[in-house]
Amino acid sequence: MSRTLILGAVLSAVFVAAALVSFVWTPGDVEGIDIANRLKPPGAAGLLGTDHLGRDMLSMIMTGARTSIAVAIVAVGIGMGFGVPLGLAAAAHKGGLLDELISRGNDLIFAFPSLVIAILITAIAGPGAVNAIIAIGIFNIPVFARLSRGAALGLWTREFIMAARVAGKGAARISAEHILPNIANLLIVQGTIQFSLGILAEAGLSYVGLGAQPPLPSWGRMLADAQTMVAIAPHVAIIPGLAIVLTVLGLNLLGDGLRDALDPRLKVLRT
Amino acid sequence: MLGYLIRRLTSLVLSLAVASAVIFVVVEVAPGDPASYMLGLNAQPDTVAALRAELGLDVPRLQRYLNWVGGMLTGDFGTSYTYRTPVSQMIADRLWISLPLALYALTLSTLIAFPAGILAAARRGRPADMGVMAATQLGVAVPNFWFAMLLVLLFAIRLGWFPSGGFPGWDEPLDAMVSLTLPAVALALPQAAILARVMRSSLIDILGEDFIRTARAKGLTRGQALWRHGLRNALIPVLTIIGLQFSFLIAGAIIIEQIFFLPGLGRLIFQSISQRDLIVVESVVMLLVFAVIMVNFLTDLAYAIVDPRLRRRA
Repeated sequence: MSRTLILGAVLSAVFVAAALVSFVWTPGDVEGIDIANRLKPPGAAGLLGTDHLGRDMLSMIMTGARTSIAVAIVAVGIGMGFGVPLGLAAAAHKGGLLDELISRGNDLIFAFPSLVIAILITAIAGPGAVNAIIAIGIFNIPVFARLSRGAALGLWTREFIMAARVAGKGAARISAEHILPNIANLLIVQGTIQFSLGILAEAGLSYVGLGAQPPLPSWGRMLADAQTMVAIAPHVAIIPGLAIVLTVLGLNLLGDGLRDALDPRLKVLRT
Repeated sequence: MLGYLIRRLTSLVLSLAVASAVIFVVVEVAPGDPASYMLGLNAQPDTVAALRAELGLDVPRLQRYLNWVGGMLTGDFGTSYTYRTPVSQMIADRLWISLPLALYALTLSTLIAFPAGILAAARRGRPADMGVMAATQLGVAVPNFWFAMLLVLLFAIRLGWFPSGGFPGWDEPLDAMVSLTLPAVALALPQAAILARVMRSSLIDILGEDFIRTARAKGLTRGQALWRHGLRNALIPVLTIIGLQFSFLIAGAIIIEQIFFLPGLGRLIFQSISQRDLIVVESVVMLLVFAVIMVNFLTDLAYAIVDPRLRRRA
């Protein structure tokens, strides 16, 4: 195992564990307000200090991890759930009308500046975690559709697929039984990358007030709350940002490490 | 070449048509009637109806869509519901901040990424390469709005070298550039990290080519071969990414403009959404999408001119 893979796996595991533990235990209260103890620096009150309402920062980070992970997982799920079948269908009918429609549709979604449209969707459908998930998820669809179409096209020319066709299997069955297992590695690697992009996107949307709404803690909103307090209490701005950076870094390293471990020849589409 | 051009133009027009329809539908299904929003809670129904008629909201949706698209084709982006000024004028005013900001950031990111990527490729596998790669890993993981906050904390609040926000206008070009510096740096960093990686991997690919070996056999040093023959050939993927980054910069600028209180297109979008000034929202988003599609189209076209093999594809 490479050092990249280990470091990435450890960092990712820490944040997943923090999110899971927060369901049963947090060191402090994330909803109670304690103005007397507000903006305490790390160490003075709790391990990471308190925010502008006196809430424990460590507890906020732990529960915030829950929101980030939930939004990113569902957004990647939407991307895979719609994108992979579309990509496989396009590859199975290469050159046909379906392929043309799916490929042009992909190009079109790619042409939209994703954040602009995400802002538009959440602003119009109303801010909130669910709309943020949909907005981020839509832009994951073409990523997975393109990836699985490209990888599947290469497989369709191979002998074992020919054999399956000769055996009388239809395109849908071949795609599900023979193509999908062979591109699973690729999908897992791309999945971790989209997962980290999803966390960044959720933080961005929550930062401008369009993502998770109070009282649901979110790293992006913690940063937004911290903005006016940067000068008097830098820790309220630095800690949530570090949480985002370490999580995204961990997921990216995990993706790179997995790619090298699963198949050194793989080249992943990085957007 | 002509056949290729016609095919690409058709798909360009089609993309724009579909994009405009999607934007129109998304904005139009939004709850909240602009007229009743503008007149407040106590407005009489007939007043609202009169304003709807005045704003052109009483005609069927399809008719409004066609009016909107037709207007844009002739340079008429409609009139803002809230400010009663032509949308094209509002966009033009804001563009004078957003466009220089995006170009400033693009310049910075190129200035950082090119030397870093070239250095990493030339010293592949050695400490300099590993240092650059580690820095780029960090660069892509840092959210630009958080980086912006850190920049403000250090350079505006602690050191006082730059303003923490606001824009003095272009009458004072130097002050204007100074106030755009921190936002541009914040936007440029993640882009520079991506660009440096592309530069490095593209150069490494090229350095494995036969013609580089020929150049080395001819007596050039590794460095000379890289500068004279490698760099130019490695630029094609790099230029593609620079083209794509343009759209990321515009999108990223929307959030960055909020942080630094810059009255650019991003703030215009946010304001118009909250005021239900739908015509402004539609037109600004359409303009951004148009810019992205055009940049991609021109990039493809430039390649097709340079490399005839590409004309057969797509």
